Amino acid sequence: MQTEIVGKPVPRKEGRSKVTGAARYVDDLSMPGMLYGATVRSPVARGRIRAVTFGEGIPWDEFVVVTAKDIPGENAVALILLDQPYLADGFVNHAEEPVLLLAHEDKHLLERARRAVTVDIEPLPAVFTLEESLAGKEIVWGEDNVFKTYLVDKGDVDEVWAQPDLLIVEGEYSTGAQEQLYIETNGVIAVANAAEGVTVWGSMQCPYYVHKALLKLFALPPERVRVVQCETGGGFGGKEEYPSMIGGHAALLSWKAGGRPVKIIYDRAEDMVATTKRHPSLTRHRTAVTREGKLVAMDIEFVVDGGAYATLSAVVLSRGTIHAAGPYTCPNVRVRSRAVATNVPPHGAFRGFGAPQSIFALERQLDKVAGAVGLSPAEFRRRNFIREGETTATGQVIREPVDMAGLLDRAFELTDYEAKRERFARENAENNSTQKRGIGFASFMHGAGFTGSGEDYLKSIVGAEADAEGRVRVLAASTEIGQGTNTIFAQIASNALGLDYDLVEMAQPDTGNVPDSGPTVASRTCMIVGKLVESAAVGLRQTLQGAGLLTEEYTQDGWREACRQYVERYGALKSFSQYKPPPGVHWDDEKYQGDAYGAYAWAVYVAEVTVDTLTYETRVDDFVAVQEVGKVVHPILAAGQIEGGVAQAIGFTLYENVVWQDGRMINNQMTNYVMPTSADLPPIRVHFEEQPYQYGPAGGAKGIGELPMDGGAPAILNAIEQATGVRFTHVPLMPEALMRGLNENR
Amino acid sequence: MRAYLPDYHLRAPKTLSDALELLAREPGMWRAFAGGTDLMVLLEFGALKHKNFLSIRHLPELRGIEVTPEHVTLGALTSYTEIQRDADVRREFPLLCAAARETGGIAIQNRGTLGGNVVNASPAADSPPALLVYDAELELVSASGTRRVAYRDFHTGYKQMDMRPDELLRSIRLPRTTGDLHTYYRKVGTRKAQAISKICFAAGARLASDGRIRDARIGLGSVAPTVVRCARTEDVLRDQTPDEATIKAACASLVQEIVPIDDMRSTAEYRARVAANLLADFLSTLKIDGGKSDSA
Ligand SMILES: Cc1cc2nc3c(=O)[nH]c(=O)nc-3n(C[C@H](O)[C@H](O)[C@H](O)COP(=O)(O)OP(=O)(O)OC[C@H]3O[C@@H](n4cnc5c(N)ncnc54)[C@H](O)[C@@H]3O)c2cc1C
Repeated sequence: MQTEIVGKPVPRKEGRSKVTGAARYVDDLSMPGMLYGATVRSPVARGRIRAVTFGEGIPWDEFVVVTAKDIPGENAVALILLDQPYLADGFVNHAEEPVLLLAHEDKHLLERARRAVTVDIEPLPAVFTLEESLAGKEIVWGEDNVFKTYLVDKGDVDEVWAQPDLLIVEGEYSTGAQEQLYIETNGVIAVANAAEGVTVWGSMQCPYYVHKALLKLFALPPERVRVVQCETGGGFGGKEEYPSMIGGHAALLSWKAGGRPVKIIYDRAEDMVATTKRHPSLTRHRTAVTREGKLVAMDIEFVVDGGAYATLSAVVLSRGTIHAAGPYTCPNVRVRSRAVATNVPPHGAFRGFGAPQSIFALERQLDKVAGAVGLSPAEFRRRNFIREGETTATGQVIREPVDMAGLLDRAFELTDYEAKRERFARENAENNSTQKRGIGFASFMHGAGFTGSGEDYLKSIVGAEADAEGRVRVLAASTEIGQGTNTIFAQIASNALGLDYDLVEMAQPDTGNVPDSGPTVASRTCMIVGKLVESAAVGLRQTLQGAGLLTEEYTQDGWREACRQYVERYGALKSFSQYKPPPGVHWDDEKYQGDAYGAYAWAVYVAEVTVDTLTYETRVDDFVAVQEVGKVVHPILAAGQIEGGVAQAIGFTLYENVVWQDGRMINNQMTNYVMPTSADLPPIRVHFEEQPYQYGPAGGAKGIGELPMDGGAPAILNAIEQATGVRFTHVPLMPEALMRGLNENR
Repeated sequence: MRAYLPDYHLRAPKTLSDALELLAREPGMWRAFAGGTDLMVLLEFGALKHKNFLSIRHLPELRGIEVTPEHVTLGALTSYTEIQRDADVRREFPLLCAAARETGGIAIQNRGTLGGNVVNASPAADSPPALLVYDAELELVSASGTRRVAYRDFHTGYKQMDMRPDELLRSIRLPRTTGDLHTYYRKVGTRKAQAISKICFAAGARLASDGRIRDARIGLGSVAPTVVRCARTEDVLRDQTPDEATIKAACASLVQEIVPIDDMRSTAEYRARVAANLLADFLSTLKIDGGKSDSA
């Protein structure tokens, strides 16, 4: 039975309701007496609030108004630190920071009222870029603008520089902010009052993050707060931490309104201007390599711009830091990294979580190093790929068979890379066509699950229950956000129990009803939580067998009968499973050494481009994504994850440019923030290799959610370098910058 | 929706004369609402200042494509889809078809109108450069009569035009004298659909049998406060052979003639250089045989 369900493209669990429109997103819900909420935000980036005035012509007595003074608990969004207020109290630290909340029955009048409130602020000097923050132009957070630093130190880098016969290559790379652009904007409904506690329904990735934040905001015990995830139209990290903010806001309004339900739905403009984006980054590389092309030392400095508050920057920085040295063996590696503060809205989680930034830098740098050694980018990497038994930058011994060279071969075969590389070089030189062609690649890995001791600290729990008809329900807080959680969890459970897929269903993520299986982030849902789903399901079987109701071999009818008898005799049949680290895993948080991730997905991506030298626009003509992911649970969903991630990476690389003015995004509409359309995307050809991970579910699955975001940017810029001969170092590479680069290098 | 809807009024006069009467009675009070694809964006953003609108979509006098031996006349309400489907327009006015094909997406092409594109007066609009190349003429109607304005004289400044508040645009008339022009159209907007132009370039010319350029016409969008016809550069090209020296001189003239700006979408430098590159590319495609080059 095993092989029947895993690897099979079964219909999505919630597919029918989404296609027919029956699926209920938060804005589809309405409650009697419901009010609409709106947020009054700071017009400036940094300053002292002098006064808030309520304009003429608005029936203010009809409005619910909430300020920082109305907060029953602590005015801080509980996440890692407690530095970010729900509502500015005296000071603002970024443009669009929430200052005041309004609610009214009439959402049009509400909008008019929002515009009638003036927040008068005495501006203070602000810093808007990571460079300004590093230079200490103004201290805007803590003592030195630094949220977090890490040091990864393997071997002795400083020893190396003086050694004879080495080539030393330096490079500097940077990446811009990127908006997640989930289809459904942030939205919630809250009901809150002293008698009944607080309930929030909404679009979110992590119900228990919102739960934790509300406990602090209202100073309530856990059982008085309930958070329910509605059908969610995408997240990409943008609904990891932000729902704690908007959920808290709606709850504060409801609390003040005596428990009337309050709905807040951001429009696209507000969602883009006020919520989190990908951290901009700066990476400096200094690489030592032998004349034969063996890496000897990598000295890497990695900085991310965290925005005005700490939020998740420390964790984003951590993942970026650990991925900074890539899937290569190098005896001496040092990564010094910092997350710094600026006066822009806090940057946050976005698919890849720091890794796309540092991998971009590394994979650009390695093409440069290869050139310096006189090797092709491919041959240079082949000489340095990490293999089983070797150690990563953090000293993690790779205990699984890894075949980066094999992935490279496969990717090259699928793209006819070598022949094209040669042909494009010849054609670009020979003809004077305005269209220049190039092909490039990137090789990389992405760790699944929380970094280091993160999973051990989370201690996630998943439950499974079976009813008298033998139907199995999986109880987890892991959310379906379009990526397929419901479907793969049901596959994993039905596979574990040898039951029909249709016999397994998913409980709605509701903190009142499901255990904390951790956040839906970090490529952990399939590998970590899926494994817990599997063990919880197996627990049901073991209980039935232990009770003597089920034989070793059984049919579906036998299962149903056993469940019927069990429930009749003993009541509810439930089983829970909690995370335990696999044996032999060690992580040292102080030294940042050890087993950074339980498992990695490995990949080689190839991009083929045409650069139009009339308009300086780049078109990606073809894209091949080859990756080893342990085990493919659902081939269509898995390919969909890769295709979507590559599309997002193409946007990150060539199209999506956040235009800042005084710390505020000014192109906060989809008209002017140009994400690629389907007409702009190449065929994305996805190929999986499977090398089962011993501790993964369903025969060895690893994580794939973030992986496809990592390789696109460097592969494309490597291809553009072939097309143009120019070594570009920043993404997004907009046509205007490409033009400048071409002219400077003429 | 950031607008307060009760502030807005929409009327639908039964006939064109009712509409014109209303416009004449309260000049400046009422504005036309055609496809609404420009107006609704402003409304959604809470940036639609004007409050009173006249729906004109149902007025037959503003609809239809009429062909006479001298002219093709497009009603102001002609949609981009209608433009692309019309055989005469397709044959004789390929630049306009190219513009229509690259405007918005299918929904916008069904709903948006050529008249709306003209009167909205965005310097980044995609059809006006083509209309400029074709020497379009506008027919404006009001309760006091009808008048014609050469399209190249219509836009007088940023969002300023030669149209009175009591007038409606009734139609756009194209002389049927350009069927044998070599044409070239290129919209540059970074992405392939749903893009606002950073530069929109439309051009036409003929090469006479002596190999010299006759009748060069260049229309550009997003390089000045209005869409522009580049008359000075056309003068530079007149009666020249399209060799390297001519191309250089024409490009030099073009970047003098346009006044692009830096904004959130692009830079002045990019706009000027790409405009020049496209002009050079256009000129290098001119062939004596008089056949049509294909538009991008
Ligand atoms: C998603 C999207 C994509 C778009 N893409 C493009 C694009 O690629 N290229 C492009 O050029 N434009 C684009 N537009 C803008 C818009 O669709 C076009 O300008 C369209 O032609 C406007 O026509 P309309 O009938 O919808 O105008 P409306 O919105 O109805 O009106 C626009 C203006 O013209 C006035 N007006 C309209 N008709 C008349 C008339 N007969 N007489 C007097 N005044 C009149 C109105 O009062 C108003 O001021 C896009 C818009 C959207 C929403």
